[in-house]
Amino acid sequence: MGRFVVLTLNGLTEGAIYAAMALALVMIWRATRVVNFAQGAMAMFTTYLALFALERGAPYWAAFIVALLCGLLLGAVVERVLVRPVESAPPLNVVILTLGVLLVLEALAPMLFGGQIRSFPAAFSIVGMRVGSLAIPFSPFDLFTLGSVLGLMVILLLLFQKTDLGLRMRAAAFNAEVSRLLGIRVGRMLTLGWALASMVGALAGVLIAPSLLLYPTYMDQVLVFGFTGAILGGLDSPPGAVVGGLAIGFALSYVGGYFGSDLETVGALVILVAVLMIRPRGLFAWQSQRQV
Amino acid sequence: MSLSALRWPPFVSPTLGRHLAMALGAAVFLLLVSSQIGAYDDYNLAAIALFAIATAGLTVLTGVNGQLSLGHGALMAIGAYTTSLLLRGRELPLMLVLLASVTTAALIGAVFGVAAARLRGPYLAGATLALALGLPQIPTRYKGVFGGEEGLTVSLPAPPNWLGVDFPRERWLAWIAIAAALATMVLLANVLQSSVGRRFKAVRDHEAAAALCGIDVAQTQVQAFVLSSGCAGLAGSLFAYWSGVTAPGGFSIPLSLQLLSAVVIGGLGTLAGAVWGSIVLVLLPTFTGGMASNLNLPSSVGNNLPLAIYGAVLVLAMLVFPYGIHGGLGRLLGLVRARWGQTSTNHKGVVDWDDPAPGG
Repeated sequence: MGRFVVLTLNGLTEGAIYAAMALALVMIWRATRVVNFAQGAMAMFTTYLALFALERGAPYWAAFIVALLCGLLLGAVVERVLVRPVESAPPLNVVILTLGVLLVLEALAPMLFGGQIRSFPAAFSIVGMRVGSLAIPFSPFDLFTLGSVLGLMVILLLLFQKTDLGLRMRAAAFNAEVSRLLGIRVGRMLTLGWALASMVGALAGVLIAPSLLLYPTYMDQVLVFGFTGAILGGLDSPPGAVVGGLAIGFALSYVGGYFGSDLETVGALVILVAVLMIRPRGLFAWQSQRQV
Repeated sequence: MSLSALRWPPFVSPTLGRHLAMALGAAVFLLLVSSQIGAYDDYNLAAIALFAIATAGLTVLTGVNGQLSLGHGALMAIGAYTTSLLLRGRELPLMLVLLASVTTAALIGAVFGVAAARLRGPYLAGATLALALGLPQIPTRYKGVFGGEEGLTVSLPAPPNWLGVDFPRERWLAWIAIAAALATMVLLANVLQSSVGRRFKAVRDHEAAAALCGIDVAQTQVQAFVLSSGCAGLAGSLFAYWSGVTAPGGFSIPLSLQLLSAVVIGGLGTLAGAVWGSIVLVLLPTFTGGMASNLNLPSSVGNNLPLAIYGAVLVLAMLVFPYGIHGGLGRLLGLVRARWGQTSTNHKGVVDWDDPAPGG
């Protein structure tokens, strides 16, 4: 029983990270119909920038803000400069383009910041909390991770559902042509969508760095699990991304804990394929029919 | 009586004859080249040939049939592990090993193909990516059978006696890989020209229309997956011979992504594009690696320069040559033809050979 609690809490924290990554991928997919494989590398790069700021004497929270703002900027630049020109090319081209961005960033990071594995500080203690005499394997930093991911999700939800800007962004993603006719600057909305998504990714990067340690490819696995989570939930559904990401976190934790850590990814594969066999467009697909 | 009006026996169609003649010409040329170059270049030639098999299979699946696979490296791993397990502590004829690898990969590909036939676009991409991530974990887990992280060793195949005692083993491997690649190309080129190939394209272009024409969409997609997996298995088997070690690290996600990027860089949906892509895949890192070591850069920059250049090439190629090398060459050829006043080109660098000519 104790073990189950440990694995559940562990899965919850990891799942929150995967959920953030999945959400970033879903936001970009909804805006531009692109699976951004460079998402993880972009988050890696912004985390390195945060570390750079820390080493120059900046306090943790300033570095935290640096990472998020750089994420915002990087997302906007990638969309505007690289993705926009291949909009009309065959759909696979943009996939290859994001792979290219991934490789360039993963090569650039060790050139600029050194290739060795670095540690990244956590905002709070990473030692498990105590309730009375009972030690629970859930640290204040885990709580912060969970809280900040949830907080960001609420902010995004409010932005998309309650503000005029969010409405315009949703319209631009839903139907570019009609939105343009209604006077929405679709291009700007898409750039903004990429920027926000990239910021969510950057948050995931900073939050997972203390436990994974920082090296140029440390986000690759997070990206793949985030993508798996997004697929599981359905690429068109932000709540699906969150549920899918959390589900992958729990699944990896349970499979790793009960069957051995080297079967984690096989477990994720089996679960993903099993779910997709029943729901080929993810758990939260509401558009179940393909267009004819 | 024109040539096409002749009745050809079923196995000697003009298409087959043309493809065989092209393959024979390429074989003679490549054998001559291979005899003139050193062992290291022969080794690279073998790599190009074996990756061309994998990219050709992938281009049939992704380019011709429209199923996006991010997990082809895993299918190569199946071929490579079949080969390594068969050769563990015994000698077997090369043909038998290659055939067994192709069959195993095709069978497993069939199972996955049945699952894949239900999935579309990014969902298929996600599932195949999970395959590429999950499958290499199995050898790590079952060390006794698959040799764990260190992997299984395979020695280069010995050349037959009639080639002489000191015939380099690398050259023999290059010959095997070239023969296998050409055989694959002839087979695939014929399949693409046949009704099977037309069904592949029909399913890619419009599933509902294809189904209305009486094509079994799911069955066609499984067929394409099996064909493509067989190619990946053959490439994987040769890869095992080529690299000497079959270990999970060799078949991680980057391999799958490299295969896909090679296919797109070369020109999606054409066999020539697959060959171009495999040439870029093998030679670009060799070239940039040599360049980086000549520049006397600090090691943190020099070691990562090839990767940066590869990434930059991917980005630039997509921005400048959206239809890959093959499409770019076709466009160039069209410009030359137009310049010399021959038939005006209707080929705006569009890779698909049966793409209807745009009006005007």
